[in-house]
Amino acid sequence: MKAKVFLLAAILIFGISGCNKGEEGPAQARTDGTPVAQEDLKPAYGDMIIRGSIGDASVLLPILASDSGSFDITALIYNGLVRYDRDLRLIGELADRWEISDDKLTIRFFLRKDVKWQDGHPFTAKDVEYTYKAYVDPKTPTAYATDFLKVKEFRVLDPYTVEVTYNEVYAPALGSWGQGMLPSHLLEGKEITDSPLKREPVGTGPYRFREWKTQERIVLDSYHDYFEHRPYIDRVMTRIIPDPATMFLELKAGRIDQMGLSPLQYQRQTDSSWFRDNFRKYKYLAFGYAYLGYNLKDWKFQDKKVRQALTTAINRESIVEGVLLGLGQVAYTPYKPDTFWYNDNVKKFPYDPAKAKEMLAEAGWKDTDGDGILDKDGKPFEFTILTNQGNQLRERSATIVQRDLRKVGIRVKIRTVEWAAFLKNFINKRNFEACLLGWSIGIDPSQIDIWNSKKIGPSELNFVTYQNPEVDKLLDQGAAVYDPEKRKVFYDKFQEIIAEDQPYTFLYVSYALPIISARFHGIDPAPIGIGYNFIDWFVPKQLQKYHIEP
Amino acid sequence: MGPYILKRIFLMIPVLLGITILSFGVMKLAPGDPTSILTDLNPNMNKEAVERIRAHYGLDQPSYVQYFKWLKNMLVLDFGRSFASDNRPVIDKIVERIPITLLINVLSMILILMVAIPLGVMSAVKQNSLFDKGTTVFVFIGFAIPTFWLALLLMILFGVKLDWLPISGFRSLDYPSLSFFEKIFDVSKHLILPIFVSAFGGLAGMSRYMRSNMLEVIRQDYITTARAKGLDERTVIFKHALRNALLPVITLLGLSVPGLIGGSVIFETIFAIPGMGQLFYQAVMMRDYPTVMGILVIGAVLTLLGNLLADVMYSWADPRIRVSG
Repeated sequence: MKAKVFLLAAILIFGISGCNKGEEGPAQARTDGTPVAQEDLKPAYGDMIIRGSIGDASVLLPILASDSGSFDITALIYNGLVRYDRDLRLIGELADRWEISDDKLTIRFFLRKDVKWQDGHPFTAKDVEYTYKAYVDPKTPTAYATDFLKVKEFRVLDPYTVEVTYNEVYAPALGSWGQGMLPSHLLEGKEITDSPLKREPVGTGPYRFREWKTQERIVLDSYHDYFEHRPYIDRVMTRIIPDPATMFLELKAGRIDQMGLSPLQYQRQTDSSWFRDNFRKYKYLAFGYAYLGYNLKDWKFQDKKVRQALTTAINRESIVEGVLLGLGQVAYTPYKPDTFWYNDNVKKFPYDPAKAKEMLAEAGWKDTDGDGILDKDGKPFEFTILTNQGNQLRERSATIVQRDLRKVGIRVKIRTVEWAAFLKNFINKRNFEACLLGWSIGIDPSQIDIWNSKKIGPSELNFVTYQNPEVDKLLDQGAAVYDPEKRKVFYDKFQEIIAEDQPYTFLYVSYALPIISARFHGIDPAPIGIGYNFIDWFVPKQLQKYHIEP
Repeated sequence: MGPYILKRIFLMIPVLLGITILSFGVMKLAPGDPTSILTDLNPNMNKEAVERIRAHYGLDQPSYVQYFKWLKNMLVLDFGRSFASDNRPVIDKIVERIPITLLINVLSMILILMVAIPLGVMSAVKQNSLFDKGTTVFVFIGFAIPTFWLALLLMILFGVKLDWLPISGFRSLDYPSLSFFEKIFDVSKHLILPIFVSAFGGLAGMSRYMRSNMLEVIRQDYITTARAKGLDERTVIFKHALRNALLPVITLLGLSVPGLIGGSVIFETIFAIPGMGQLFYQAVMMRDYPTVMGILVIGAVLTLLGNLLADVMYSWADPRIRVSG
């Protein structure tokens, strides 16, 4: 099981959201091997896309789901009041527009009046009210209540206007209304955990539910009355194929149209002319980074100088080359390098083992007994890197770190532990020296939960116990302003401090590597990924492969 | 016979109870609980939300209370609801996976018996011959080859290169629109590779077992007697020797009853077959206690019943050990 941590449900748009470097490979002009003139490729309705997925969905109500398998499906079925557009800006979805009061405490949403649920019932403010109440209901086992619990008052002004008031100015609030709206006429007064909608969802989105065979496939049909416009592709089938090697063979045999490739598959196994004729590969930075986190309660890591030296001693370029086969970038701060929030102007500590040794010597770590291992106060410099089982990229990265640190005289052991035990016995108990893990990066820049000095309690996210009052203040200030330009000032400064303090050695941001059959057109990579304009993807009439009876 | 069976069934109750207590205890000893997957390292979770979810699943109560609650429901055959976020009744999750698991296991068991018994008999009859040594090598290769590797090679050959067989899954996308016979054909086509791969690995055990039984039986006095009577070798082997050599196979079959609803994770993952192995593995990884317990209980009941069945069949087939009274 690949354990993964999500910063925000909203980032999981279509599962392959990410930011692009818009590379389509050399075969951009060709289509399916057949020489078709560009002007013949008109958008047409019809055909089906078959997507390969490693995991099945668990529940198709976004309020109860917590896995990417479920969000990949619900993203096509439900809409939020707002959503992030191709360039990661918030735009209206079910809400036409919104107004933020002068004191920034109240948001008023004006809803679209032309939206119908997939069963024909009109969408109104009642649905928004129900959704809000469901999230804050203490009986609902949801992972996403926190943002909604900050709401002081929720009011329905008229059937198409709602108003929410917060206790304090909270910039991530607006984005939190991107959560999928639920149909009150089907759920009101019923136990949400017992609802049949868990397996047969009804939403307002571009695709409606058709069939779900557990661990086999989920089939969605296009919703012709979708308020934006009828999606071109008539059917979306998600096939669950747990083994990536099998999935790749299904792709080669033409029985699936889309999957995510591993770096190895991307670089070495899809380079033939057959692949170039029949598929398009895409590549963009994923919303997440890997890091080596130091337990700052451990005496060895309390000195900033030591942590900076460790980062200097680790050859991160070689991790990107060796582990990701070049399909990634070195990370220097906890933000995605190609987004607005990223600050490139921070200390980077480039690889330099000799300098690392000097820095360690300045911090008092010297090899006094000549055994090749640095020591201080009679204790050798050795520690264990913990990582979770089942993530090969992390295990391999740890091995490279081990080798690099050995070169400067630090002995590292690597230990992999099953995910649940890893959390319970090591992370939550702060019982580790260093850990190699990853965070997802949210679209909203607020990272209070990970870096605030007070978030160090059991099960809280600042498990390395990083405490810096200046960072606390900057993050609070950043969350209390709506204007992005003004927010960025705080987050830029925050990144400079984090880079200086090095509570983590930031390792890499990897690329998402989807491959899609060449018959699909209209795919337009953007900073958010490729899934954002899925309803505009199409297969020209003459290239359609499946005939879908309505 | 009747009272004997009744007595055996009655004795199963304490054994079963013991099994559930042990299973529950071991499961609780495993670090982590169902909520930690959902809540730990999740920035959207505050303490209150975690408590709310723990209370929803009844995890805020002491372990023994949780056990007795579970047991009470179990008495009326209520397996409870899964702790996974789908929150479905455990029995639904199990029932929807049983048919395909059973089908594959039964078919591969039949295939194994059909191939392994003749192989074992022939190797015993022609002990130390080239045939005997050849089969030994063959079945041990089958035993030693990693399932996933063989499966992938066969998929590449038959699925991609030759395009004769489907690669994964157990039915086609247009399955619902097919006629009855087309459906059978469709599923058979999908199952050829999985059944072949799983049977190939199982040949070694059964054929070796058959061979050693047969060798033992052939040395018995009554075989010598049969030969001395002037019976031809065919009758000696197939009528007198084989029947006796098959007896222990009954025990083996009885013991494999619980295996029929069990599955292999690797195998099901490779072939994308939604079977019991995956369900159990995922349930354990998620610490989905009700599902884990449900599968263990069904497995335990089947094991006990399988044992009973084997004993009953054995005494029916072998007059020497018939229980008197």
